[in-house]
Amino acid sequence: MKTDSLIEMLSTNVEPVRRGEIWRSLALALVLGLVAAFGVMLVTIGGRPKLIAPQSLFSVALKTVFALTVIVSSGVALIRLAKPEGERMRLAPYLLPMLLALLLGGLIGLGLVVSSSRAAAVIGTQTWTCITCIPLFALLPFLALIFALRRAAPTDLRRTGAIAGLLAGGVGAVVYAFHCPDDSVLFVTVWYGSALAFCTLIGALLGPRFLRW
Amino acid sequence: MGTSSQEADLHRLMRGSLSGDSGSHRELLKLLSGYLRAYFRRKLTHTGRSVADAEDLVQETLIAIHIHRNAYDLSRPLVPWVYSIARYKLIDFLRRTKALAKDIPIDEVEGLTAHDDRAEVESAFELDTLLERLPTKMRRAIQFVKLKGLSVREAAERCGMSESAIKVSVHRGLRQLSLLVKQEIGS
Repeated sequence: MKTDSLIEMLSTNVEPVRRGEIWRSLALALVLGLVAAFGVMLVTIGGRPKLIAPQSLFSVALKTVFALTVIVSSGVALIRLAKPEGERMRLAPYLLPMLLALLLGGLIGLGLVVSSSRAAAVIGTQTWTCITCIPLFALLPFLALIFALRRAAPTDLRRTGAIAGLLAGGVGAVVYAFHCPDDSVLFVTVWYGSALAFCTLIGALLGPRFLRW
Repeated sequence: MGTSSQEADLHRLMRGSLSGDSGSHRELLKLLSGYLRAYFRRKLTHTGRSVADAEDLVQETLIAIHIHRNAYDLSRPLVPWVYSIARYKLIDFLRRTKALAKDIPIDEVEGLTAHDDRAEVESAFELDTLLERLPTKMRRAIQFVKLKGLSVREAAERCGMSESAIKVSVHRGLRQLSLLVKQEIGS
C-alpha cells in the first residue's frame, strides 16, 4: 500500500475528537471497579461487625484516608502514563506522599505500642485474610483499568501496569477497610503496605502483556 | 527549518485535526510521514536492520497517531508526543523481531528532518487484503466512509445502521486494522 493512499484514507471524513476521553474512561473504570469490589466484599467476607460504632468508624476512616492517598496519587500518575509522553515522567513525586504516609504510620504505630505488645500489634487477627483479600478485591478494578488503558496510548507498559496495579490495590484496600477488624497502625502499615506492593508487582508483570497496541 | 516553527505548524494542524478538519489532518499526516520515514530509516540503520521495513513502520505509526490522537493534549508540545509513539512502535517492532530496547535511547528532542523519497513510499502489505479480514460491518463502514468518502449519514442509510453505529464501526475497524498491520509487519 502507498503511504499517500493510507493518508488519504485516514483523512477522509475525520471525526472531531472529544476532549478528556482518557481521563473520563479511567475515572469510569475506577468507579465501576470500586462498586464491583465492594459488592464482592459484601457477598464474601462481609463488613466488620458494629461498623457504625464510633471506634469502628474512626478506624475505617483512617484506613480509608491512607488508601485514598494511594488512589489519588497513583490515579493522577496513571492519567499521565496513559499518554505517550508518560515514558518521560518521573514517578517519585507521585509515590512520595504514600511512602511518607507509610513511614509516618510505622513511626506513630511504634510510638503508640509498648515494645512488649508490638509483635501482637503487627500480627493482628486476620493477617492472612488481609493480604489475600486486598489483591483479590483489586482484581476487578485492575481489569477495568486495563480495559480503559487499552483505549489509551501508554508507551512505558511496565510502569503503566505497575501503577494500574497499585491503583487497583488502593481500591482493594479501601474496600477491605470496611471488613478489617485489625485496627493497629502497625498492622495497617505492614500488611496493607505488603498487599499494595504485591499488587504493584503483579501489575508490572502483566502490563507489558496486556497493554500492547 | 527551526524546531519551534515546525512545532508551531504541526501544532496548528493537530488543532484542526482534533476539531474534525480533514484538510488539516491530511496535511499533518503528510508532514509527519516524512519525519517518521527519516526517523525509522536512521534507527533501523543504527540497529543493523534493513531499511526496507521503514515504510511499514511509517504506516503503522500513522495509523497509531490517527487512532490515538485522543491521547494528545493540546496544551503540550506535539513533537515529543509523536517521537514517543514512533519510539514505542520501533521498540515493539524490534522486540517482535528480536532485538533489545536498550539499543534505542530515549531521544533528546532534536530538530526534525524529513525524508520524502517518492519511489520508496510503499509498504509490504495491501489495504484491500487486510480489509477482507475484518468483520463485515467494520469493513463496509470503512469502505463507505473512509475509502468512497460517503458521509456518515449516507453510509448509515446504505448499511441500515445508525450513524453512531457507523462511527463506532469505523473506529473499531481502524483499531483492528492496526493490529493486522502489526501482525503483517512482525511476520
